[in-house]
Amino acid sequence: MNSTIYDEMRGLDSSGGDVLPHYRSYCDWLNAMPPDRLAQKRTEAEVMFHRLGITFAVYGEESGGERLIPFDIIPRIIPATDWQVLERGLVQRVKALNHFLHDIYHDQAILKQGLIPAEKVLDNAQYRPLMQGLNVPDDTYAHVSGVDIVFTGPGEFYVLEDNLRVPSGVSYMLENRKMMMRLFPELFSRQQIQPVEHYPDILLETLRGVAPPGVVDPTVALLTPGAFNSAYFEHTFLAQQMGIELVEGQDLFVRDSAVYMRTTRGPRRVDVIYRRIDDDFLDPRAFRPDSMLGVPGLMDAYRAGRVTLANAVGTGIADDKSMYVHVPDMIKFYLDEEPILKNVPTWELRKPEDRHYVLDHLPELVVKEVHGSGGYGMLVGPAATASQRAEFRDRIIAEPEKYIAQPTLALSTCPTFVAAGIAPRHVDLRPFVLSGKETRVVPGGLTRVALKEGSLVVNSSQGGGTKDTWVLET
Amino acid sequence: MLSRTANDLFWMSRHMERAENTARMLDVTYRLALLPYRVIESGEKWAEPWAVPLVITGLAKQYYAKHTELSAERVMKFMVFDSTNPTSIYSSLQSARENARGQRGATTSEMWESLNATWLEMRELDYKGIDARGISNFFDWVKNRSHLFRGVTFGTMLRDEAFGFIRLGTFLERADNTARILDVKYHTLLPSIHDVGGAVDYYQWGSLLRSLGTFESYRKIYRDVITPFRIGELLILRQDVPRSLHACMNDIYEILQGLCGEDTAAERREPERLAGEIHAQLHYGRPQQIFELGLHQYLMDFLDKIEALNAEINKNFLVPDYS
Repeated sequence: MNSTIYDEMRGLDSSGGDVLPHYRSYCDWLNAMPPDRLAQKRTEAEVMFHRLGITFAVYGEESGGERLIPFDIIPRIIPATDWQVLERGLVQRVKALNHFLHDIYHDQAILKQGLIPAEKVLDNAQYRPLMQGLNVPDDTYAHVSGVDIVFTGPGEFYVLEDNLRVPSGVSYMLENRKMMMRLFPELFSRQQIQPVEHYPDILLETLRGVAPPGVVDPTVALLTPGAFNSAYFEHTFLAQQMGIELVEGQDLFVRDSAVYMRTTRGPRRVDVIYRRIDDDFLDPRAFRPDSMLGVPGLMDAYRAGRVTLANAVGTGIADDKSMYVHVPDMIKFYLDEEPILKNVPTWELRKPEDRHYVLDHLPELVVKEVHGSGGYGMLVGPAATASQRAEFRDRIIAEPEKYIAQPTLALSTCPTFVAAGIAPRHVDLRPFVLSGKETRVVPGGLTRVALKEGSLVVNSSQGGGTKDTWVLET
Repeated sequence: MLSRTANDLFWMSRHMERAENTARMLDVTYRLALLPYRVIESGEKWAEPWAVPLVITGLAKQYYAKHTELSAERVMKFMVFDSTNPTSIYSSLQSARENARGQRGATTSEMWESLNATWLEMRELDYKGIDARGISNFFDWVKNRSHLFRGVTFGTMLRDEAFGFIRLGTFLERADNTARILDVKYHTLLPSIHDVGGAVDYYQWGSLLRSLGTFESYRKIYRDVITPFRIGELLILRQDVPRSLHACMNDIYEILQGLCGEDTAAERREPERLAGEIHAQLHYGRPQQIFELGLHQYLMDFLDKIEALNAEINKNFLVPDYS
């Protein structure tokens, strides 16, 4: 693994190196652009995002709790050849994960073969016993997957994590593109950039394709936890783009194992639910009884095969951080292929030898909670203070099975427009993989950027921003 | 369409209409309060100009729970900016925007942008600011934002079911508002028959007409002094006056015929039937009947029927209970 930082525009020598071919056309344009005009364009973008209400809710914050995710007007550019590799790798990985989910909830061959310790799966809170033996259309569990990827060198990609529950962010991929085309239309005639705008169409096609067998013209609805959810904008946006109803739990009810919406013309049957609400809250009768967000009886209808949930219940067992280390084995086991995308080397702290190593090397490593997300509950060794490290050490010793550790990756950087001008900032990439009758990826994804100099945390909840992501045509 | 969607759209336009009505009412109160006190004095504390908006909206109790005195600034702050008062202009604009936020699929992006921009601007205002800029300018702004929203809705929206629920909200709120203003003015401003025809009368009835935007229409139609009898006819029975009860019921009845249209089951046609009944009474009514029954009684009956109509609309469309 490389320890020098790779800049996607200038290569390994980020200060003075030559501009790489895929950035050249853009860079020429950028160099001719007066800085004050860039600043003006950025302000224009902010005003526009506010006016359109493209905000995310922040829990427990004053001022109405709505904030903009900072948008960086310098795009991230990915050459076509790199994308071809990424695309094949993503499709391969998500196919294997879907195979794994089907296997775990049926024969459990991978456990019987001893490739994964059975108790690691069956004792995991993310394993849902009520999914055992249940058949889902096309054996597809993760219909929408967001796979987080980092670049560390030319053509060097690592998967950071697989998000197979309710991954979000795709609306920013679409809105960022729309904004760039609005601000800089001339750029899109200078270069051939692969379009992403058809994502909602493919998503709808995917969802309609996995309706329960026998349904001719399926009705799809998007189930949201409601306006207080941080991704609410995305829910309204996707429902609108797909022309489907945006429903809350209170809008649905179950009668005779079928799901209906309450409409102005009486009850209407729902066949596929694109749910953006966690398993635990789906049905107060099956999961958390205190959930006000779900639909009582939904799991009965689901188990009776009268409604499809996308993603399926119980996908969390495949994207759990404790399962991450096994994904390369899943690819070999189910597809008989070599993994195209690399996993980051991972120490599992439940193993004594791994634990010893990690505790001795805390300042160099990143430690993550197995069930944590959103950049919370993690220790970035090199950036942490001695007391933070000491605190984490105690937590690890107390409950080692709750943690994994990875080397601090030298995340690639991209030129970013910050207060000091244009400077390199670290980025990651979340492409969205759609699975149903086929497995597809829209060329692009959500690029998140750590706006603070040197920072590796790209999460929007912790000061990260986003960029438009260009995949070049050639 | 989803009942919750219909409900949100219905309330979106109701809240916007309410913000406009509140602005109109406060604007007139403000102008009335500028007149020499002698002219508007009616001998009753609750009939002081700044009490009137509180009486009309039924918020006097809530106001006095927070304030001990009646003053222009206090009432204005309460009716314009107080976020704990659910019918303040601030709350109405916020609610309209919140109702629209989740329903982008059912409206147009221009409608959303208009409501969102209104709300963002409202959020930046405070009493000091609007006082410095001229209070009437602020009321004009609210009215203009409401006009703009109505125009955007008419100019951009598909004529579908959603459009029907949006208009339904507007006209029910407007009918309710007109009936309340008429009733309260009748009681508070004309306590005895001796006052009829005096200067007090002129300004107070004039202010009522202005708050409903019908002063000029009155002049055009009657070309004569303002009398309660004619005002009753104008604001209840004339269908060419856009804020009259008759005009509102024309629209409400027509919309409900459309919304109930495809359903044949009798119980699902109840909103339409009830609206038709109320409409017929206005359509074929005579002003004499109103004054024989008494304006107050007539308006109370009307508000009861509107209430019943609301309940039917809720039951059939907005918050149905199936399971």
